[in-house]
Amino acid sequence: MSALCFSALTLRLAGRDILHDVSFEVPAGQITALIGESGSGKSMTALAAMQLLPAGAQMRGRITLGDQDLTGLDESALCQIRGRKIGMIFQEPMSALNPLQPIGAQVAETLILHQGLDPRAAMTQAQAVLARVGLPADQFPPDRYPHQLSGGQRQRVVIAIAIAAKPDVVIADEPTTALDVTTQAQILALLRQLVDEDGIGLLMITHDLAVVAQMADMIHVMRRGEIVESAPADRFFRAMQHPYSKALLAASTHQVDLIAPTAAPAPLLCVHDVRRSYGAPGLWRRAVKPALRGVSFDIAAGGRMGLVGESGCGKSTLARAILGLDPIDAGSITLNGAPVWRGGAPNPDIRRQIQVVFQDPFGSFNPRHKVQRLIAEPLHALRGAASLPQGAALRAMIGDALIEVGLRPDDMDRYIHEFSGGQRQRIAIARALLIRPQLIIFDEAVSALDVSVRAQILDLIADISARHGLAYLFITHDLTVVREITDDVLVMRAGQIVESGPTAQVLDAPQHAYTKTLLAAAPRLPQTHPE
Amino acid sequence: MKGVLFLPRTIFIGGAITALFLLAALLSFIWTPHDVTGVAIAQKLRPPFGDFILGTDHFGRDLLSMVMVGARVSLAVALVAVGIGMGLGVPLGLAAAARPNAWWSDAIMRLNDLIFAFPALVIAILITASFGASALNAIIAIGIFNIPVFARLSRGAALALWQREFILSARVCGKSDLRISAEHILPNIANILIVQGTIQFSLGILAEAGLSYVGLGAQPPLPSWGRMLADAQTMVSFAPHLALVPGLAIVLAVLGLNLLGDGLRDVMDPRLKERQA
Amino acid sequence: MIQFVMRRFLSLIAALAVSSVVIFLVIEVAPGDPASFMLGINAQPDTVAALRAELGLDQPKLQRYVSWVLGMLQGDFGISYTYRAPVGQMIADRLWVSLPLAIYALALSTLIAIPVGAYAAARRGRAGDMMVMGATQLGVAVPNFWFAMLLVLMFAIKLQWFSAGGFPGWEAGLGQGIMALSLPAIALALPQAAILARIMRSALLDVLGEDYMRTARAKGLSRPRAIWRHGMRNAMIPVLTILGLQFSFLLAGAIIIEQVFYLPGLGRLVFQAITQRDLIVVESVVMLLVFTVIMVNFLVDLAYLWVDPRLRGDG
Repeated sequence: MSALCFSALTLRLAGRDILHDVSFEVPAGQITALIGESGSGKSMTALAAMQLLPAGAQMRGRITLGDQDLTGLDESALCQIRGRKIGMIFQEPMSALNPLQPIGAQVAETLILHQGLDPRAAMTQAQAVLARVGLPADQFPPDRYPHQLSGGQRQRVVIAIAIAAKPDVVIADEPTTALDVTTQAQILALLRQLVDEDGIGLLMITHDLAVVAQMADMIHVMRRGEIVESAPADRFFRAMQHPYSKALLAASTHQVDLIAPTAAPAPLLCVHDVRRSYGAPGLWRRAVKPALRGVSFDIAAGGRMGLVGESGCGKSTLARAILGLDPIDAGSITLNGAPVWRGGAPNPDIRRQIQVVFQDPFGSFNPRHKVQRLIAEPLHALRGAASLPQGAALRAMIGDALIEVGLRPDDMDRYIHEFSGGQRQRIAIARALLIRPQLIIFDEAVSALDVSVRAQILDLIADISARHGLAYLFITHDLTVVREITDDVLVMRAGQIVESGPTAQVLDAPQHAYTKTLLAAAPRLPQTHPE
Repeated sequence: MKGVLFLPRTIFIGGAITALFLLAALLSFIWTPHDVTGVAIAQKLRPPFGDFILGTDHFGRDLLSMVMVGARVSLAVALVAVGIGMGLGVPLGLAAAARPNAWWSDAIMRLNDLIFAFPALVIAILITASFGASALNAIIAIGIFNIPVFARLSRGAALALWQREFILSARVCGKSDLRISAEHILPNIANILIVQGTIQFSLGILAEAGLSYVGLGAQPPLPSWGRMLADAQTMVSFAPHLALVPGLAIVLAVLGLNLLGDGLRDVMDPRLKERQA
Repeated sequence: MIQFVMRRFLSLIAALAVSSVVIFLVIEVAPGDPASFMLGINAQPDTVAALRAELGLDQPKLQRYVSWVLGMLQGDFGISYTYRAPVGQMIADRLWVSLPLAIYALALSTLIAIPVGAYAAARRGRAGDMMVMGATQLGVAVPNFWFAMLLVLMFAIKLQWFSAGGFPGWEAGLGQGIMALSLPAIALALPQAAILARIMRSALLDVLGEDYMRTARAKGLSRPRAIWRHGMRNAMIPVLTILGLQFSFLLAGAIIIEQVFYLPGLGRLVFQAITQRDLIVVESVVMLLVFTVIMVNFLVDLAYLWVDPRLRGDG
């Protein structure tokens, strides 16, 4: 039986076609996956089902729930559908809950609204629902506020709100994208369990093929507002038809060619027993929170090192320490034997040898400068040490840098907002390469990119590092990326390196329990043999 | 680039009104319809729209001329006060944001909180009690009051920018805090500073009028809008135009600046811009 | 949470201490000797000296500062140079006009602004919103003392609904007192309400864009109910900040507006004191105003605690 059904859904918003002739079903007791890259229209599909589209959206086609047509309902009838018949789970658990209301009250509200319970009975019922999603009242009292919970726990509260009134259908829009991999695995298991026990029809919207590979019953691939392929999950991975599906899968299983370094490696970066704590600000409470608790490792010249860990494990703190952005409490960080932090200030000599590429392709550039000036910024580190190119020489230099990362020289006269996310990361790489550093730190440098763009950027990184004998530290939460792009890997947890070694060895035969947990939690694509 | 035609209408209306007052104030230095110092009892308390477009006061002085000369005081006081607030507040705010952990960063912000406890009127009372009343007092009082406004605004905006990755990149390239503040931070907060500047300008006009009204601002014989209202008070029942003319001048000037500020914000708000991109 | 309150309390004390020093110093540098000013140019030097001793002006500055502060802590604000009466009593009498006026105006402006701002936000871009925005744009530009003059012209002189000024005193009855303060309070409140309504509108619009409002709608709450149950309290956080600031504007505004209505409040007291160079009165009134502003901001910080659980600290 089909719980939720989209037929010939077409959507226009602000003069643009968002969805075009979208038809698919969400059967009860099954998990239906809607997969697409950013901007494909998948989130709009979810909002259309809730009839919570932005003002000015023009919709045609039908959305039916059971035998009821949702498109013709008035607002008060829709309020009886939302929360009661269709529950919704959002991407950002950090902002999806009202920060000023205890979690119990937020769950109870759904019950008061739809089951006519009085507040006391609703609260009792809400406790039961919270216990069901893994937040029992003895450990997580319902008078807790959202800020007292972790991201995964908050997402459980959001799920509790969605399922409290026992809806027929739950729509989950990227429900685990903002979560760490181990938390993601737990949330996915919880969703699967709820589908199996309650017979809910779950519509899972995601950009990540691997997430749904093991749990979806049916897969629909969406591209530019159209569904290009629909197939049961097992057949989809065995015999996908559409070129876009194939490209998506190829990008997800992408493997770069890492050319083995030729020369005998000499030590480049030496990190020895680095410690760093953060004190809570203010005179009153100096609650010291250790972020790095004795971290040691080396990177050889031309070495390609990965650093894996979940959020809050200290990997960003480590990156900032190596870059000389923050001082360290104890230990030493040296590059070619010289300390990165000297005499209470960053060592200017080191500044010429390390560069960085950050995650956010939007926040990495001053929006008021043209690309030429953006890329030229690292030259500042060379002042006093070398004669800086000027005028035509500078333009030639920057033109070459742009060509090297696959852009055109005349792009240097444009502003950054004229470029896509992938192009911006190319510009970031060009900027990092300009002064020919020996070490580049990539801090989650491909995490914000769609999978197909990500594959191209990873190829570029492998290519330039081989060409320039460049060493890098690639920081990421994503194990598949580490496998692609690094020779060696460090696994970090709670401010310590718990395991390190050659990437293939660590990932295929992990020794430490935490590494095993990480690997087990990582969603995996089925082994496919394209026919 | 967007064409001029697509700018919000508020910019044109607000800009035109503001320009009108600025021109009137400048023009008053070389020409006014009538003399504002002479007393001509014979033509006192004329209603508007006669020989005198806005009427005359109890000394027979032309109100239009007085409003023009009064605009000088109001605009100059408010403008200089904005200059004081920006000139001192913005560097303080930028410095506090560049080194948020330094002791003096904390001290700057505490000082700001303290100044907030002294409304412009209170500062003016204090200064006047010690040094006597003058237009300069009004400038100082309103200027001091503007300092924490700009310090807080620029610190808040700068703090958010310091966390952005392009600032981290600049630091990795070895740029000093001062250089980063000048090169990356200031240009990126200039928008909100300009918008706030127009708002403080209009608030300054209101504050100056209030101070002059209670005798803490410009002193006779210099006409100012606030003093004109104070003079009008006893005569309002039989010559309401004495109160209406300078009051409407204040309202119009403030309204013009506020419209200009709103328009500028609509054009320059980074949030709006990102939505368009 | 206790730490938060303690910290705020300590900075309140520090702010008061620094303010008192600043006020004392500014008044101290005033040229001229109050004693000779009070006695006139023809006074005998020994009479002046005797008065100086009586007023405590012959003591060293530090000692005078300390006794001024200690006196205030015990409610003793010194003796007025002009009236030879205790300043504390003079201030207390006047405070019974100025403070009720400021609070009356604050209550009025809040009661008007919050619903109006919320209404405009809920109808963003529609006719109702446009009208509110237009009216508030005008309201923000109107000087309150001029508005007060217009109200007097309209309701006291033309319609004769209210008296044009003066204050019968609270002895004449609560109703009479409130009646006399109504026009001044309205004159103060409406321009402030215009500002506050605009703040309320934009705060609520910001909140309406938050993810948790979408969660609330997805639960099945209608739009008005979602705004009421989840939007309003979140929007109150920025509004509270402005309310705290507004109180100091209202206090200053009250002092100015007293001049329009010939109210016997702190304003009249302080302006007379300035012309009579009764500096100890000026000093004490200014200290009292600053104390009130600092105190109100402290209370606003405590109100944050009540509204926002994130500030209460974990556990």
